[in-house]
Amino acid sequence: MWKKKEEEIMPKPATTPPSSAQLAREGIPMSTLPTRGPESEAPRGTALIGKSIVVKGQIYSREDLYVDGEVDGTLELQEHRLTIGPHGKVQAGIKAREVVIIGAVHGNIEAADKIDIRKDAKLVGDIRTSRIVIEDGAYFKGSIDISKPEVSKVAAPPRPPAVAAAAPTAPAAPSAPRQQTLAGNPADPNR
Amino acid sequence: MLKDRLKSLLLGGKLAGDAPLVQSTPGSAASPSSTSLGAVEPSFLYSRHSHGLDQFFGQIQDQRGLLILDCAGASQANVGFITSLGHRLYSVDFLRTLDETFGDASGDTLPRQSEPQLIGSFLAQNLDFPEAHFDGLLVWDALEFLGQPLLKRVTDRFFRILKPGAHLLAFFHAEEKATVVPVYSYRISDAKTLALTPRGARKPVQLFNNRGIERLFHQFHSVKFFLARDHLREVIVTR
Repeated sequence: MWKKKEEEIMPKPATTPPSSAQLAREGIPMSTLPTRGPESEAPRGTALIGKSIVVKGQIYSREDLYVDGEVDGTLELQEHRLTIGPHGKVQAGIKAREVVIIGAVHGNIEAADKIDIRKDAKLVGDIRTSRIVIEDGAYFKGSIDISKPEVSKVAAPPRPPAVAAAAPTAPAAPSAPRQQTLAGNPADPNR
Repeated sequence: MLKDRLKSLLLGGKLAGDAPLVQSTPGSAASPSSTSLGAVEPSFLYSRHSHGLDQFFGQIQDQRGLLILDCAGASQANVGFITSLGHRLYSVDFLRTLDETFGDASGDTLPRQSEPQLIGSFLAQNLDFPEAHFDGLLVWDALEFLGQPLLKRVTDRFFRILKPGAHLLAFFHAEEKATVVPVYSYRISDAKTLALTPRGARKPVQLFNNRGIERLFHQFHSVKFFLARDHLREVIVTR
C-alpha cells in the first residue's frame, strides 16, 4: 500500500537518463557536432570549434583541438595535435606537435612532429616540420623545410627533478623550499 | 591486411624500376587514391629512367640546403626525395593556378592569357620571389599550356628568380602536331627514375621543336635536350 503511494508521488522520469556518450558530449567545449562522415568528426575528448563558430584572436590549447569553423589569428598547441576539419577555414600562424589538414589553411605552420595534408585540403603557407604526409589531390603552395628533431631531445629528454633527487647538490638546495611554497607549505604562516 | 597487400603491391611496382605499365586506372578499386592508405602514392602508369632528372640532380648531389621550386604541385614522392637530400622545397601548382586564373582548360583560354591583369595575377600567385632565389626549378611539362605573352613573362621570371648557374628541368612533347597531349604528375622515384601518373589530357596552346625551345630560353646560358622513349623532350636549361 505504502509502495503504491510512493509510486504515485514519485513521477516517472519523462526521458531515460543520459548515456555516458551523451554526458561525454556535454563535456566538450564550444561544440556543434559535425554531421558528416567519420573523417569529419572530432575524436572524443578533443576540444572542438564547430563549423558555425568564428574565432578572431589567439588560441592557446593544452589539449588536442579540432577546428571545423573559422579561425583568424594564431593557434598554439605546442604539445598537442591540431586538426582542421573539412569545413575549417583557418587564417593563422600555427604551432603544434602534429597538424592534420582536411580543410583550408592560409598561414605558416610549425609542427614539431608531423604535418598531414589530406587529399581535399588547401594549404597556402610555409611549413616547418620533421615529417610530412601529402595525399594526392591536396593543394599546397609554399615552402617545406624538414627539420630533423634534435637528437638530445629525442634520445635523452631532460629530467632535472630525477637528477636532483638522485644527487642532491648545493645548487639543488635552494629550489626545494621554492617547490614547497608553490605546492603550499603547511608551515607557511601566510597560508 | 588488405592495406598491407595493396602497399606491398605498390612498393613492388615501384621497385620494378623501368618495368612499364605497372598500374591501375585512377579511381579503380585497386587505386590507393580511393583507399585510406595515407602516405602511399596513387597508382602510376609507368616509371622510367630520366636523363633530365639525372642531370638535374647530378649537378646538386654534393650540396645541401638548396632551395628548389617544384611547379607541378606537392607530391609525397617529390617532397620526400628532395627534402631527404637536405634541400628545401617550394611548391606551386602551375596548371591549377592557370585554370583558376584564366578559366578551365576545356574552354578557349588563349585570349584571356593575353590580359595583363590576369598575367600579373598568375605571376604573383606562382613566381613572386626575390631575384636569384632558387638553386633549381622543376617545371615539368607546364609550359606548353601557356599562351605566348604569358609564356614570355614566365620565362623572364624564371630567369630572374634562378641563381646564375642554376638548372631548370622542363618537358616538352615531341609530337608537334598533337592536338591533345596527356598530362602527367611526375614523381621522383630516385635521382634517375621518374614515375609518371596520368592526370588526364589537355589541349596544348603551342608545341615546340628544338629550335623553338632554344628560342624560348634564349637568355639562358645553355639548353640541353634528351629525347625519352615516350616522346617527351627532357630539357635541362642552365641559367
